[in-house]
Amino acid sequence: MDVLYFAWVRERIGLPKERVETGAATVAELVEELKTREERYALAFADLSALRVAVDQELTDFDAPLAGVREVAFFPPMTGG
Amino acid sequence: MSRVTPLVRVQQAPFDFAAEADAFARAQSDMGAIVTFTGVVRDSADGGMIAMEIEHYPGMTAKALEAIVADAMERWALGDALVIHRHGRLHRDEMIMMVATAARHRKAAFEAAEFLMDYLKSRAPFWKKEIAADGAEWVAAKDVDEEALKRW
Repeated sequence: MDVLYFAWVRERIGLPKERVETGAATVAELVEELKTREERYALAFADLSALRVAVDQELTDFDAPLAGVREVAFFPPMTGG
Repeated sequence: MSRVTPLVRVQQAPFDFAAEADAFARAQSDMGAIVTFTGVVRDSADGGMIAMEIEHYPGMTAKALEAIVADAMERWALGDALVIHRHGRLHRDEMIMMVATAARHRKAAFEAAEFLMDYLKSRAPFWKKEIAADGAEWVAAKDVDEEALKRW
């Protein structure tokens, strides 16, 4: 699946988008996988309460399932308007 | 007569607020109330902001805004609604976004406009960054903005 990062999450991880092959069943499991990769991921995902997640471009929760999902995006709380 | 233009526009380019508001108002019939709101770039709290950079999630932004507009249209039985939101680098006093609502009576038009503002602040995928001479900082979401959603 494609994993996208926005705002300071993108800056901390150092890229806007990457292809991830994963067996993770939920967003939370994917996060745990990513955190073990490198320090920059561990830092970006250190406090999940500071993050929001969208699955296939819909806002959802960290316990959302990933079966059949094409795109997961991580970002801080939004500041539109 | 309803407008054929989309209800939601996400764009980098500036928009002509007067022309948009006028076209929106003229396209309505039997709508006694038109409310418009415009958000403008202001300086940061500590001063010294050079520009504001607005990032968004291209695949999701328009869809998220359309869902918010559809919700407002239904809740207040609006005749029409419009949201324009810019992204990219903006300078002080530039218009960031506007909403317009048309309803038979003003209470619905005002409330729906406020609802649109509250929701697009916290539920549309935009992130603001303030650029100053000595660095740049992401604007933190405020608890009060999240709190504002609870009244709807």
